[in-house]
Amino acid sequence: MISLANPSRFLSLVDRVVPWLSVVVVITLGIGLYLSLFVAPPDYQQGETVKIMFVHVPSAWLGMLGYTLIAVAALGTLIWRHPLADVAAKTAAPIGAIFTFIALVTGSLWGKPMWGTYWVWDARLTSMLILFLLYLGLIALWQAIDEPGRAGRAAAILGLVGAINIPIIKFSVDWWNTLHQPESIFRVGGPTIDPSLLIPLFVMAGGFTALFVLLHLIAMRAEILRRRVHALQRTQVEHATLAEA
Amino acid sequence: MSTARALLARDVRLAWREGGAVGVALGFYLIVVVITPLGLGPDLNLLARIAPGILWVGLLLAALLSAGRIFDNDYEDGSLDVLATGPLPLTVVAGVKCLAHWLTTGIPLVLLAPFLGLLLNIPLGTLPSLVLAMLAGTPAVSFVAGIGASLTLGLRRSGLLLALLVVPLYVPILIFGVSTVTPYVTGPNTIWPPFLILCSLSLASIVLAPLAAAAALRTALR
Amino acid sequence: MPDLGTHASFIIAAYAVTFVAVGALVIATLEDDRKQRRKLAELERLGIRRRSAKVPASPTVKSRAKPKAANTQAKRKAVTPRSGKTRS
Repeated sequence: MISLANPSRFLSLVDRVVPWLSVVVVITLGIGLYLSLFVAPPDYQQGETVKIMFVHVPSAWLGMLGYTLIAVAALGTLIWRHPLADVAAKTAAPIGAIFTFIALVTGSLWGKPMWGTYWVWDARLTSMLILFLLYLGLIALWQAIDEPGRAGRAAAILGLVGAINIPIIKFSVDWWNTLHQPESIFRVGGPTIDPSLLIPLFVMAGGFTALFVLLHLIAMRAEILRRRVHALQRTQVEHATLAEA
Repeated sequence: MSTARALLARDVRLAWREGGAVGVALGFYLIVVVITPLGLGPDLNLLARIAPGILWVGLLLAALLSAGRIFDNDYEDGSLDVLATGPLPLTVVAGVKCLAHWLTTGIPLVLLAPFLGLLLNIPLGTLPSLVLAMLAGTPAVSFVAGIGASLTLGLRRSGLLLALLVVPLYVPILIFGVSTVTPYVTGPNTIWPPFLILCSLSLASIVLAPLAAAAALRTALR
Repeated sequence: MPDLGTHASFIIAAYAVTFVAVGALVIATLEDDRKQRRKLAELERLGIRRRSAKVPASPTVKSRAKPKAANTQAKRKAVTPRSGKTRS
């Protein structure tokens, strides 16, 4: 972490990693999709719709991973003042938000044939929806504050406050469910999943995670370059105004 | 301690003198509770069942509307800079301002709620528990609003952004606040667990929110 | 196409949403990266360097920058003899 604090060194690392990581992503996702669509058997309870699990669950995992990353990066910004922590947090937010969105929509499309409804206000769904709102809040805050230093610190504070809130929401919505909705929450597949379904799931999860890392690194590179561009544009304006003086 | 008390007295006095902001919040609460039955239809049984939810949601929205006031006025005329460099730690300043918001806006909203509940055909027996639940929960509402206000200090369109940031944080308060009241309306007498959790949410916010708000204020004032 | 059972449309829709969302994300990320690199190349072409300490009047900047760039490249090729202007 400390050795990567230098942006230039980080950029060269990204340049070296991106090519082969892209290959890894394509291969893993390719194998994963093949296993999911053509090899995985139908579930005895859910039939073929279990195939939705192979995109839904990895997306949900990555939505949560993204927020965890942002919370850790927030600590990096506020406590250790790591120079790239706010870059990591800023770029992770849109990626995590998209994966959370995919999880919500694919889950909804899974729920309609299985539960008969596109949406239900149970603990897991509501917590994921709140997570999506937290992501939107972070992105909106980044957009709203012009000065990058202030934006980074404000977003870090919000990220940490939201991180405290997530277990509280999960806990509180569990309570709410117990009090108002005595019917049981539908569980998917039970406690153990057969390997014939588990393996495609893990391959897809691996591919998605590699994709997340790849996109995150590229986005961090773009953000670092964007800040350099802004700095150079400022110097350009300075030179121009001085020349006219 | 006396400095903190003086700051609190000043903020409360300013809020009462200004009057308008508190009035707007109360008026907005009234509007929300009035248009909901107009939208849902006048079925009194339905309204009675969902009254706790409507009353809580209306209160949260009204509180969000008035949250900008917590720090904005002092930020605009420079008093916040003076307070930040003064004898009181910024955490205490933030806490005092949130407390002032609760005293001048939160409590009036809570006092209005029972009357609005009558509009929604809420059973009279639930009114004491409604007021109690709201009194227990509104400190959390004000203090968490303080976090949002400090993060969005001086920004354009800060009102909308503040609402977006604070609503996810309000979800637990809403859930437990409604749970404390609803059993009286629909069924078994189990208000104590959610009520105690509501109290703990408020106590936790009173302690933790000023820390976050002060950190946010420091970044905004730098 | 594998047999997707009775609820095939939901499965297809779910995978379609995933493809579109991931695709949009990938495209947006790559485009942003490309845009920043283009802008940076453009600025470097104009001779604006990072950490340029001196801020003289415009003509001197341009004339100093371009030969400097040319000469740094020449230096790297390690052929051109140093002239007075290339003092760094």
